[in-house]
Amino acid sequence: MDLILVNLIDGLVTGLLLFMLSAGLTLIFSMMGVLNFAHASFYMLGAYFAYQISLFLGFWVGLLVAPIIVGVAGAGVERYGLRRVHQYGHVPELIFTFGLALLIEEVVQFIWGKSQMAYEIPEVLEFTAFAIAGNSIPAYKIFMIFMSVAIFIVLLYVLTRTRVGMIIQAALSYPKTVEALGHNVPLVFMGVFGVGTALAGVAGVIAGPVLGTFPGMAIVLGSIVFVTIVIGGLGSLWGALVASLLIGWITTFAKSYNIEMANILTGIGISPPENMSESMFRDLWTVTSPQIADILPYILMVLILVFRPYGLFGKRDA
Amino acid sequence: MRNTTRLGLSTALALVIGASSAFAENVKIAFIDPLSGPFASTGTNGLHQYEFAAEELVNKQGGVLGGDKFEIVAFDNKISPKESLIQLQVAIDQGIRYIAQGNSSGVANALTEAIDKHNKRNPDDRVLFLNYSAVDPALTNDKCNFWHFRFDANADIKMDALTDIIAKDDGIKKVYIIGQDYSFGKAVAAAAVKFLGEKRPDIEIVGNELHPIGKVKDFTPYARKIVSSGADAMITGNWGADMVGLGKSVLENGYTGPIYTYYAAADGITAAFGAAGDGSLRLVSEGQQNPPASERAENYVKAFKAKYPDGNVSQSRITNVIEMLAKAINEAGTATDVVKVGMALEGMEHDSLWGGKIFMRPQDHQAIQDVHIFAHTKVEYDYDNSGYGMLTESTVEMAAMDSPTTCKMKRP
Repeated sequence: MDLILVNLIDGLVTGLLLFMLSAGLTLIFSMMGVLNFAHASFYMLGAYFAYQISLFLGFWVGLLVAPIIVGVAGAGVERYGLRRVHQYGHVPELIFTFGLALLIEEVVQFIWGKSQMAYEIPEVLEFTAFAIAGNSIPAYKIFMIFMSVAIFIVLLYVLTRTRVGMIIQAALSYPKTVEALGHNVPLVFMGVFGVGTALAGVAGVIAGPVLGTFPGMAIVLGSIVFVTIVIGGLGSLWGALVASLLIGWITTFAKSYNIEMANILTGIGISPPENMSESMFRDLWTVTSPQIADILPYILMVLILVFRPYGLFGKRDA
Repeated sequence: MRNTTRLGLSTALALVIGASSAFAENVKIAFIDPLSGPFASTGTNGLHQYEFAAEELVNKQGGVLGGDKFEIVAFDNKISPKESLIQLQVAIDQGIRYIAQGNSSGVANALTEAIDKHNKRNPDDRVLFLNYSAVDPALTNDKCNFWHFRFDANADIKMDALTDIIAKDDGIKKVYIIGQDYSFGKAVAAAAVKFLGEKRPDIEIVGNELHPIGKVKDFTPYARKIVSSGADAMITGNWGADMVGLGKSVLENGYTGPIYTYYAAADGITAAFGAAGDGSLRLVSEGQQNPPASERAENYVKAFKAKYPDGNVSQSRITNVIEMLAKAINEAGTATDVVKVGMALEGMEHDSLWGGKIFMRPQDHQAIQDVHIFAHTKVEYDYDNSGYGMLTESTVEMAAMDSPTTCKMKRP
């Protein structure tokens, strides 16, 4: 019972972190209609920039400055890269972002090398907030939760309650009309791209110390972010939130409990094969939930695509 | 004009040929390991250690056979067994007689088989395989051959030493074993279960788990399981980012016991753990640096750091490879007849630069040496320029000297 509570908190942290990445990606998608393959690379850049800044000015300055640099870089990519490629259609855009992801990874390796960086949690937060049955919850995790929730609220407020948000939403659905009304739509797009990548940067800054700052960090997270926004529904902020939390909790619980496939199969009335080592279903019978925890989101994605192709909260028809 | 070019070209060619014949007496050692791709940092660091050892320990001391110099020739195998075999052929075609490789037992298995075949078919240009890091026990058991020499302690020897230490600690009642889901991770787990069962049947193994290699984003759920299992100690063969992720996660989430590891040092790992790993991380390995074994060892590390400020002397056994090879060549009186050199290496006893003796066991070509348990803490000779490094905590002298082997050595 105690462990359930601990796992709920751990899953929440994982989910919210995923949300910060998928929020930016889903916004950018609804704007351009194209997936940004380099999105996780901006997350990596956030971590590396923050690490570099923290060496001289400390963690907090890094938290403030690194996302801004990442956001400016992202806006620059939109202004001078994507906007030019845009006229050639979606496929070149896709290839452009894919190439950018590879390029960023190589550049990071070139500058910082291939080893893991010693990017540390700030000392102020290096204590145990509370413990549940011997499982301590680090204060940094609580800090991560508050950061992500605050960002979500601010984002939601800006998008739904302010004039800027209204223009953005209008520009996303009817760019021509908004332009005719005298608004600078390309500027809006550039802003959304910048903010989206900056969000990924924030995620990198606060995840870097716990998940590790190394050149492979973008690849590890890259595919799961796409899965998240597909499950949540492309372009939906609420969908991104719900899908992120869902994935966070599913993977955490699957890893924490050794649920064996053999138990499930016998539970539904299938008897185990007599000679297990000879059986062609041996792998299926011996699999445990921690082994398949990381592919569960992908199975969920396939199911969503089959039964509800526009995602949980998506507006687009299939 | 054209004539001048031709003249220039032929002169250059003549110079090159002349130059190469002038250096023909060099004893070349092919270094076949990853120099590009995800494991490039480990491979490159290893190459630097080889080049430095050859220069410091052999060439500056006057070389072998009265003046011949050691030369390290680097080949990039991209950690692929297939690519390694191609590079092996290139090395043999260049007349190289000594092959050094260490990263990945998969590569080592492919190489030892290929070299065995090659030496049978080509008695005139045989080669020796100096394995400095691949620790799959099979290489000196079922798959052993005369041409393969292993200078690192194999996975079983290390686990034997590790469980000796655990067995002495009465405070340890519950052990959790976790590793990467592939051959090495499984070998570590199997050895741990076997040795703990023999030495301390009262110890309960509260968890024996494998996780996907290189794919886990967040180790927190695993850490929760380890903490709530009430384990007093944990054993892992993890390396690279998986080692850092697992280690940091269990420490953050309230685990306080020792973490026994194989590879939790250098290449950024020591720096990543920093103060957090102090008091918990343990590592089983050969070759101690803190406290330094001798002034000579101290000077060696200092000189290496002066040449490669960002590098680490992380694979100290490389100096044993170089020194023992030089000794064997001198004893055999030839660098080209590798059968004689191999015979000289067999059964050789050598005083290691890092203290203690190395004994190349003749029946399986496994180097028997002191195996240490290191603690990750603040030391004089650190890794990753982090202030932290490996301090010798306990030593098993000449570990596994009498351990059985299934090797049936066939000598040429």
